[in-house]
Amino acid sequence: MTDLSLSQPATAQKAAPPAKTRGMSLPTHWLGVAPFCLFALMFLILPTAYLVIGAFQTEEGRFTLENLAALTQPTIVAAYWISIKVSLASAVLGALIGVAIAIAIVRGGLPEWIRSATLTFSGVASNFAGIPLAFAFLATLGRLGLVTVLLKSVGVDLYAFGFNILSFWGLTLTYLYFQIPLMVVIITPAIDGLKKEWGEAAATLGATQWQYWRMVVIPVLWPSFLGTVILLFANSFGAIATAYALTGSSLNIVPILLYAQIRGDVLHNPHLGYAIAFGMIVITGLANLLYIWFRVRSERWLK
Amino acid sequence: MKSGRFWAWVTFAVGAAYFFIPLIATLEFSLRMRRGTYSLDAYRVVLGDPRFQATFTYSVVVALLTILLGVLIVVPTAYWIRLRMPQIRPVVEFVTLLPLIIPAIVIVFGYIRMYGSSSPLPFLANARTTDLLLVIGYATLALPYMYRAVDTGLRTIDVRTLTEAAQILGAGWTTIIVRVILPNVLIAVLSGAFLTFAIVIGEFTMASLLNRPAFGPYLQNIGANRAYEPAALAIIAFAITWGCMSVIQVLSRFAPRPANRPN
Repeated sequence: MTDLSLSQPATAQKAAPPAKTRGMSLPTHWLGVAPFCLFALMFLILPTAYLVIGAFQTEEGRFTLENLAALTQPTIVAAYWISIKVSLASAVLGALIGVAIAIAIVRGGLPEWIRSATLTFSGVASNFAGIPLAFAFLATLGRLGLVTVLLKSVGVDLYAFGFNILSFWGLTLTYLYFQIPLMVVIITPAIDGLKKEWGEAAATLGATQWQYWRMVVIPVLWPSFLGTVILLFANSFGAIATAYALTGSSLNIVPILLYAQIRGDVLHNPHLGYAIAFGMIVITGLANLLYIWFRVRSERWLK
Repeated sequence: MKSGRFWAWVTFAVGAAYFFIPLIATLEFSLRMRRGTYSLDAYRVVLGDPRFQATFTYSVVVALLTILLGVLIVVPTAYWIRLRMPQIRPVVEFVTLLPLIIPAIVIVFGYIRMYGSSSPLPFLANARTTDLLLVIGYATLALPYMYRAVDTGLRTIDVRTLTEAAQILGAGWTTIIVRVILPNVLIAVLSGAFLTFAIVIGEFTMASLLNRPAFGPYLQNIGANRAYEPAALAIIAFAITWGCMSVIQVLSRFAPRPANRPN
């Protein structure tokens, strides 16, 4: 083919106008990505680094570990703990339910339109978060919500049972509304990637349906499943708007605590705010490292 | 196999119930403003509220500027990396994923401390530059989605051949990007743009902490003070998200299939 030589980088550069390459080749290379690098540095990396460094400094700018030590005070520990619990519960439940739905639409023998409708809806619902989601759940399970009122009229008083939308379970139930669809969107391609031949091969070797699942499907899906659980965890850990609109500040999760700290220095120590932010980055950062690790493992199978 | 299909239906039905009941409940709640009968009063009140119009317009403008900024940063970068610097692609991809690792509240906290009115770059010193900072903040939030969309679009075209053809015809870099590359990845860019719009339009954290009169803080304010209007707003917000996602899906039908290229 005629363009064979052009796809070689060396000859391709010769084809470029001389002024663009000769002598200037290295600087122009980097000039092309300079705006992006500058943007990322100024508005992503440096502001974060500023907070991280601030977490290790005193008011006067000397190095200290006291801010991090101050994270152990009961209110802050409690905030981290409830955040981790809500994120973990909504991630694990969302992942399990999401996988069940994905398997049902891919493998369950349901009509084709159900599959495409579910995937379309999942795309919408996974992006339907924030304040409107809180409104929707207040209208559903709040004290005057439709479901609460309907159940009450048949004699089941949710709130008398101790349920409250402004609680751990209320928040988890609400987060599931975007966690489950996100799982469906991410895991469906992985389930599609299970080759038919594997099932046939297993059947030829005399495996039962259960053995096929236990020894083929679950081991192959396991890394992408765990990886997505972690992604869901990070997804809900940093979220604030839904919780804030739902509970005000009655449920003290970390992002809400940090929000209050930024607005009004409720902890009376600006550097403690930096430390809280640093703690959040550490947790979501660790989660994402694990995610990348699982991702690499799962890609071995799903090519 | 028969029982498998039965359980698939059960799973689907339970899932559908969980996802549709809140929507139905919200819709029903939003129609109950007038005592004893269903009416569209809540929608009328919301849409007629001058603060709704002001904040919604503000957020639409901010979203459009965010998309513009995102395209300006992402398209040339992704193009240049495919053309000349494939070796730094992993680094750039990692940077574009950072906004998924660093929560938005942390990013904006950093802005507030770094660009305060007494800093060398006082973005927060007046309202216009704070608006600019909000647009920039949203562009970082949208970076992972925008970059992925554009990069996927670039994969479907032969960047090198197009560039060389344009150069032979005497085009400069700006012409190449604006008149050759951009039209070829327009569908991908539009997908990224609509996703950005859906994310940005009701965003609360950044707008609230930067004290901008955006739609998100307005929603929060209504939620804390009113009964029926929030339900109407939730339905409106859901419709907007739905609209953006539908457009993306329609666009994806026009997207070219990935070409079999080594890069």
